[in-house]
Amino acid sequence: MSNISDTAIVGIGQTEFSKDSGRSELQLAAEASLAAIRDAGLSPSDIDGMVTFTLDSNDELDLMRCLGITELNWTARGPFGGAAASATVQLASAAVASGAAKAVLIYRAFNERSGKRFGQPDAGGYAAMMGGPDFHFAYGLDTPAKIYSLWYQRYMRKYGVTSEDLGRYVVVARDHAATNPAAWYYGKPITLDDHQNSRWIVEPILHLLDCCQESDGGVAIVITSADRAKDMKNGGVRVKAATQSHRFGGQIMFDYYRDDLAEFEETRTMSERLWKDAGLGPKDIDVAMIYENFTPVVFLALEGHGFCKRGEAKDFIRDGHIRLAGSLPVNTHGGLLGEAYIHGVNNILEGVRQIRGTAANQVAGAQHVLVSASRSGMILGPL
Amino acid sequence: MAQKDDIYFWEGAREGRLLLRSCAECGRIAHPPVPMCPQCHSLEWGTRQASGRGTVYAWIDSRHPSRVESPSRIVALIDLEEGVRLVSNLRDIALDDVEPGLPVEVFFEEINGHVMPQFRVMEGRA
Ligand SMILES: [Zn+2]
Repeated sequence: MSNISDTAIVGIGQTEFSKDSGRSELQLAAEASLAAIRDAGLSPSDIDGMVTFTLDSNDELDLMRCLGITELNWTARGPFGGAAASATVQLASAAVASGAAKAVLIYRAFNERSGKRFGQPDAGGYAAMMGGPDFHFAYGLDTPAKIYSLWYQRYMRKYGVTSEDLGRYVVVARDHAATNPAAWYYGKPITLDDHQNSRWIVEPILHLLDCCQESDGGVAIVITSADRAKDMKNGGVRVKAATQSHRFGGQIMFDYYRDDLAEFEETRTMSERLWKDAGLGPKDIDVAMIYENFTPVVFLALEGHGFCKRGEAKDFIRDGHIRLAGSLPVNTHGGLLGEAYIHGVNNILEGVRQIRGTAANQVAGAQHVLVSASRSGMILGPL
Repeated sequence: MAQKDDIYFWEGAREGRLLLRSCAECGRIAHPPVPMCPQCHSLEWGTRQASGRGTVYAWIDSRHPSRVESPSRIVALIDLEEGVRLVSNLRDIALDDVEPGLPVEVFFEEINGHVMPQFRVMEGRA
């Protein structure tokens, strides 16, 4: 019986990231998937498992018909929106470790800017699902920015976190994007003044530049056994640990019913499990990829993972720790604010590149990378 | 959208009562409501009328960022005396005057065709 740590990521692929792809979501999924399969040195007929998000619009059978995959013996979809990002790897690796599948393709593709825009109050997406009355929407929580701000307000108030503190993260993310040719904001760094001068989305919590992008694009990953990875084209990146944590009383988006909203309890318990499974701790991590729909969640995650004490993320960031030359470079591709919002799966690809040594903003000698999506996460390492 | 599990809440609001769903077996309050009690697994529920008093835990202004005609509307998390948290609106108060722990009390108002609980600063505190 093998474990998740006996599996490896052997292929990654992506389309360009844009605001108007000009083609269908299925085409984006197919292009990214084929790139990942070729990157692994495999052919589509080697794929016998598929994993994506419950929210992904691309049907597994349609994608098979694009790629020419013969038969699937494993399919799974991760729930909870972006919280599924790192869970996809756990689902795929568990299938490979158990023998349910030999090579699993993970894909996520959408036209989230040119198609249905999740972040708009009345242009479909979340708002279109709601009628009235209900416990949230009817009171004015009609966009993700407002929904999450009601949570972040407590954190910022408790620890005296200012908008400028948030801006210091955004400046770093945009610096990283500025030197990543795949990033939408390639060559477009910002200053703290730019952040402060961008319009308020939810005053005084979120400026425009605190919000993740809305992007069109597709990404894909191939996972197989670590043994098999040793003989493959680009080698492999070991999945040292991958897990999820969903706790009693928690909710997605409207996560207001836990005792203390100034911490992200799921991130803490999820990473405790990661540290235990991988036999590592926060100090062993060379690079961290952290899912950020909005800036404040990076702060909550840094504390939840134990990279700094509660309430001290603002100091950790101000002291330069998350920069490329710092003790814990974070979101070296620019994050979902700077590179693109492919629902957090693009963060996993960057984690793989860091360990392969092929990232645009390469951290020298990166051995262990944490890829966190708040409620799901993984630690990647060398084969 | 009103589900079967929360109809009591909106019916109560129409009668001017803030109702919480409490387990008929063990008395545990569930908000937002669920059909099974997580403590004793009873499927029998009653309602308990909340005092309507609580304190402010967190809040935002839900004004639309770019529509100038969009009114200011404070959305708040209210910690009720009964030990559960509720999303509602804070009324008759300026944004700058809201603070954590502010004592508030419920009143009811029809908004967009539905009677909804709203909160304002507790009498004698204004
Ligand atoms: Zn009970």
